Amino acid sequence: MKKTDFLMAGVGGQGTILASNILAEVGLHLGYDVKKAEVHGMAQRGGQVDSHVRWGEKVYSPLVEENSVDYIVGFEMLEAARFPHFMKKDGVAVVNDYRINPPLVNLGKASYPSKEDIESLLLTRAEKVYWIEGTKIAGELGNPAVVGVVLLGALSNLVGGDKEVWLEVIGKMVPPKFVDLNLEAFAAGRQVTA
Amino acid sequence: MKKLMTGNEAFAYGAYLGGVRVGAAYPGTPSSEILDNFSKYPGVFAEWSPNEKVSMDVAIGAAYAGTRAMCVMKHVGLNVAADSFFYAVYTGVKGGLVIVCADDPDMHSSQNEQDNRNYAKFAKCPMLEPSDSEEAKQFVGMALDLSEQFETPVLVRSVTRLSHSSTPVDVTEAVPAPPSEELPLFERDAQRYVMVPSNARRRHPIVEERLKKLAEHAESMPINYIEPGNGELGIVSAGVNYYYAKEVFPDATFLKLGMVYPLPEKLIREFAAKVKTVVVVEELDPFLEEQLRLMGIEVKGKDIFPLIGEFSPSLVRSCAVEAGLIEAPEAPPEIKTELERPVRPPMLCPGCGHRALFHVLKEAGVLITGDIGCYTLGWAPPLSAMHTTGCMGASIGVAHGIDKGGVKDEVVAVIGDSTFLHSGIHPLIDVLYNQGVTTTIISDNSATAMTGFQEHPGTGITIQDQTTTAVDLEKLIRGIGFEKVDVVDSYDIEKMAETLQDHLKSGMPSVIIARHPCVLNTRVREKPPEVDVELCLNCGICLDIGCSPLVQEEDHVRIDTLLCNGCGLCVKVCPQEAIISE
Ligand SMILES: Cc1ncc(C[n+]2csc(CCOP(=O)(O)OP(=O)(O)O)c2C)c(N)n1
Repeated sequence: MKKTDFLMAGVGGQGTILASNILAEVGLHLGYDVKKAEVHGMAQRGGQVDSHVRWGEKVYSPLVEENSVDYIVGFEMLEAARFPHFMKKDGVAVVNDYRINPPLVNLGKASYPSKEDIESLLLTRAEKVYWIEGTKIAGELGNPAVVGVVLLGALSNLVGGDKEVWLEVIGKMVPPKFVDLNLEAFAAGRQVTA
Repeated sequence: MKKLMTGNEAFAYGAYLGGVRVGAAYPGTPSSEILDNFSKYPGVFAEWSPNEKVSMDVAIGAAYAGTRAMCVMKHVGLNVAADSFFYAVYTGVKGGLVIVCADDPDMHSSQNEQDNRNYAKFAKCPMLEPSDSEEAKQFVGMALDLSEQFETPVLVRSVTRLSHSSTPVDVTEAVPAPPSEELPLFERDAQRYVMVPSNARRRHPIVEERLKKLAEHAESMPINYIEPGNGELGIVSAGVNYYYAKEVFPDATFLKLGMVYPLPEKLIREFAAKVKTVVVVEELDPFLEEQLRLMGIEVKGKDIFPLIGEFSPSLVRSCAVEAGLIEAPEAPPEIKTELERPVRPPMLCPGCGHRALFHVLKEAGVLITGDIGCYTLGWAPPLSAMHTTGCMGASIGVAHGIDKGGVKDEVVAVIGDSTFLHSGIHPLIDVLYNQGVTTTIISDNSATAMTGFQEHPGTGITIQDQTTTAVDLEKLIRGIGFEKVDVVDSYDIEKMAETLQDHLKSGMPSVIIARHPCVLNTRVREKPPEVDVELCLNCGICLDIGCSPLVQEEDHVRIDTLLCNGCGLCVKVCPQEAIISE
């Protein structure tokens, strides 16, 4: 079984934690040993929220290691740009084409990096950067909050694993009245990387 | 069957399986979810106590009566509960008593990074340290057995990385043994339970003797074991650090310690004899390292790994490379970048009542002693409205001391509702008793917001969702003897400013209860106001309240309607009346 490490990076309130819980559960269902760590400070909202998810034959550390992550999943562009040093050579980045300004940018005291600069930074190591209009797609489906599942859809094509397993886990882990919406979100995400 | 559980879920599950019937805690990151999860199991009693000392006494009482009990807290909580913890080691317990205590290396959400393994040695109490959720579940059960076998409380240590990581747990054994038919009985034994000097003198030798027996017992405990590897390098480790070390030294011989105090000396010597170099991999203090040194064993540890901060596999690897223990792995292309990546510091939420209060206090220019909770974020720019914060409950005493020290600034203490009930009442009594003039402001959002909206004695609801008497803060404070007490809605900034001046000028000890329920908790949301771009001068005054939806554009301010809560504070502070709500 191939070791696969994921690093999900987003901003509080974007649903990073639910998405990483789903990703961890999918790994377990696919027969992997799985560990997951949440790395976040004291912000209820608006701060950085990062999750590490690891699949493997036998996983020791819940934290991923620098130079070794297979997939960086950015829920927000700048957040993805914080972690290129974690990526292995020829890793893959899946990034939501969406920007949330940090407070200093709003106050005009710092500038937000350009998409081109973020892409070239990630490409120092990444084999490919997939830009996904996740928040836009989720909004069109009726709820920007399902962006995480759109991104999982996009990721699932690249990672592989029985699609039915992904669907089953999502069906189990999202609130019952939002199952259909989430399955649509997953399908829409899959299309982008198909 | 295996299920992914966080360490905290697994601690709760282990307690339930282990037959714990009474669980008491005060919330604190990263430990809070343990009691939340435990409280939902059938047939258990769980409580949020006002503070950790109370929770410790409650758990001790239950254990005296022969009922298995658990007490949970974050690392600094044990400072608050220490007095009780120490006497319980002397008296010992009858029913199993497990104290789950979570350290926070790197201070993800704490004021210090004390290493609570030192408490095990200090109080002479055994301590277990699990490495993952499966062990978290198992070790709680073992701790309960150990506690009854040796008649001592048992500490179980967690850290943020264990409490908040998810790993598979075997959930096949789903139901605990049924409680015994016998009614719990408190056996009266004053010589044992009354710690007057004469009795305590008799107990101390028992504590020392017990510790020796525990050390002997440690030699054969299956959670302390040697993992065979090469004869060059021997790694001693425990907790999550063990797994980081496994990533970095796959071929080494390991001594995995499930019990970190007291240590199995014979096993350690046997291990040390198998390898050329012994290296201790442990976060924070050289706790194991020093004990090994005292045994006369040559070890490496803090000469290689840092004393400060959290470990990770990356950190352990780079230190090991630097020390020549392993070869440097082939590195991918180096990341060299000057790209500006502005940080996202934690901030008060849009709509938060604390912000309105701090806006008024900032305008008044007073000296503000603070406390711990969401409102501590008022210290940061642009509000910059808090000048001290030490630990829970410190604000009022510090304000009083500054005043008695002779400082002529006007001083106010700001403390949250949960924090006030935790440790604010005594210092408030002090101000009154010792004729201080401090104005104390309780910023009451009717929740323990910082740690996840737990109920507290002021909310009128228990952890198990029962309606109960809510402590009335105003009556409580008047009952103490305060005559000058006012309750003001935090969002009524004019009234707040007036009340503040009135209190400061009164020359009396006084209290303002600034009340506004937490909007994240109540989910109250109004329509965002609009900026009239013709009227807006882009002066930036509204930006000084530090509310994230306010964005400065080229020539006016814009409101991010997705983030805005519609509280209207910016409407009130705009001198141009350019921000308009319907
Ligand atoms: C001794 C101790 N116990 C627990 C904590 C964790 N903790 C920090 S602030 C806080 C409570 C905050 O509640 P409140 O005072 O009501 O303020 P709010 O966050 O709601 O604004 C807790 C439990 C701590 N820092 N120290």
